[in-house]
Amino acid sequence: MTKKTKNLNLNFGPQHPAAHGVLRLILELDGEVVEKADPHIGLLHRGTEKLIENKTYMQAVPYFDRLDYVAPMNQEHAFALATEKILQIDVPIRAQYIRVIFCEIGRILSHILNVTTQAMDVGALTPTLWGFEEREKLMGFYERVSGSRLHANYFRAGGVHKDLPQGLEEDIAEFCETFPKIINDLESLLTENRIFKQRNVDIGVVTKQDALDYSFSGVMIRGSGVPWDLRKSQPYDCYNKLDFKIPVGKNGDCYDRYLCRIEEMKESVSIIKQCLSKMEKGPIKSLDGKISPPSKKEIKQSMEALIHHFKLFTEGYRVPKDEIYTAVEAPKGEFGVYLISDGSNKPYKCKIRAPGFSHLQSMDYLIKGHMLADVPAVLGSLDIVFGEVDR
Amino acid sequence: MKNLIDLEKKINSELTTKINRTEIRHNQIYLETDKDDLIDVILFLKTNNDTKFRQLIDITVTDYPEKNQRFELIYLFLSHEFNQRLILKYTIVENEIIPSITSIFPGANWMEREVFDMYGVSFKDHPDLRRILTDYGFEGHPLRKDFPLTGHTEVRYSEDQKKVINEPVKLEQNYRNFDYESPWEGTKYIKEEIENNDKKN
Repeated sequence: MTKKTKNLNLNFGPQHPAAHGVLRLILELDGEVVEKADPHIGLLHRGTEKLIENKTYMQAVPYFDRLDYVAPMNQEHAFALATEKILQIDVPIRAQYIRVIFCEIGRILSHILNVTTQAMDVGALTPTLWGFEEREKLMGFYERVSGSRLHANYFRAGGVHKDLPQGLEEDIAEFCETFPKIINDLESLLTENRIFKQRNVDIGVVTKQDALDYSFSGVMIRGSGVPWDLRKSQPYDCYNKLDFKIPVGKNGDCYDRYLCRIEEMKESVSIIKQCLSKMEKGPIKSLDGKISPPSKKEIKQSMEALIHHFKLFTEGYRVPKDEIYTAVEAPKGEFGVYLISDGSNKPYKCKIRAPGFSHLQSMDYLIKGHMLADVPAVLGSLDIVFGEVDR
Repeated sequence: MKNLIDLEKKINSELTTKINRTEIRHNQIYLETDKDDLIDVILFLKTNNDTKFRQLIDITVTDYPEKNQRFELIYLFLSHEFNQRLILKYTIVENEIIPSITSIFPGANWMEREVFDMYGVSFKDHPDLRRILTDYGFEGHPLRKDFPLTGHTEVRYSEDQKKVINEPVKLEQNYRNFDYESPWEGTKYIKEEIENNDKKN
């Protein structure tokens, strides 16, 4: 006698702690084995691209903070670079170092969050508690430099908004001394942990070819053994003056991606240290008065500065007609901006290329044939943030 | 090929009539092609040993409502081997159906769905062409230039019907689009006013 069986459809999310946000995943299960996964996204869609089309270039920057909200400045960086390239303005060297420092801080912020929450998804609670203490310090740096812990609005076309406040350089340097010990602590909890390895090794394997075909980038492609990092291959700002290594995985599974992230954090600390030692005093934004707003002091004394200030904060600057694609190596992968300007003070179109969008799309391919319990592990290692996936 | 100019020559000599225009700007190569040649061009770019554009970065559309060929499709490619970026473009009229490239790049699936959702451009042979970012049952294509910024409907929970409902947007204050462009450089309304005054005189 044969029994007829039917696959079970399971609705995962949109509110589920392991979904890392608002993901609705329709899973088709045969027993405990996942046959098919259909992610439904867009629950956090805010129409960022449409809004940017209706704002001046300076007003568009804060929208980038709200994409990948665990590493906000990395996104601003892509937009700032795109506008700078069209405007053909140079960024002072101190501003480049400051930007790189804060991009690397963003990378550490993002990787701590990802590594520790992934550990939590597979059952380890302590890493989250230890890691978040460090994130707190880093967000303190964000706050001291921009006035805000998350939505910084700090990078501008031509440089950054303000110079570092007094004492911040020393405090970041001190953090760089203490943080490697925390990474070691996290590693001692996870890297050789039997349960962590059982849940991650050989789960969600991505081959080299598939990583290319599915438009993967960042840790997702490096975990599969492709040594590709935009900071090295297409260096922007002062990355070509810095010495750092690109960690590459071997097997392309969740565990290798975890190892890559841990190594990247160590590299980021070394990049920050190098920046701090190489940085010299100097201007922090373009000296072009038609692009960068004047300082408060100048406004009090100079009529021209006052006019510039007024024009920049009402009309904004105009950007000549052009089209450009600019990408940066955000913590999650290649974050790009395709900017079309039409000569006015607002972008004609600003397409945002979010790495998470391509990564999440491969969910069906990654999870097919795995057990239901592997869904959070794979989802965790994809490093998904819905701010950028849904835009 | 490592050199952009060589690459441009190579593409032009191999694809000849299939490419309408090439240009090198900002260290990237821009190609213009036609809808019918799209598949051939992309297959060549992906497989040829001198190009090897094996990664699709993104697909997007620009809307120019005043033009006859309203939509411009944009494909971004990356070659890891040669460290080059390529931007492929072609234009179509409204309601034209274009070929899907999901069979060449599986990663194009969601990108094409997004284009369909945001601009209403349909793809032929796409395995699963549904809306992706907008709500279930959404109408219209938000990134078209004629779609208002505020949208057409707003959503709220109705206490009477005990469910979430959509209703037409009601704003306490209309969306204000400030025109900050310098009047002495001739914004639209100043130009119109001057023209009207000229006519009166």
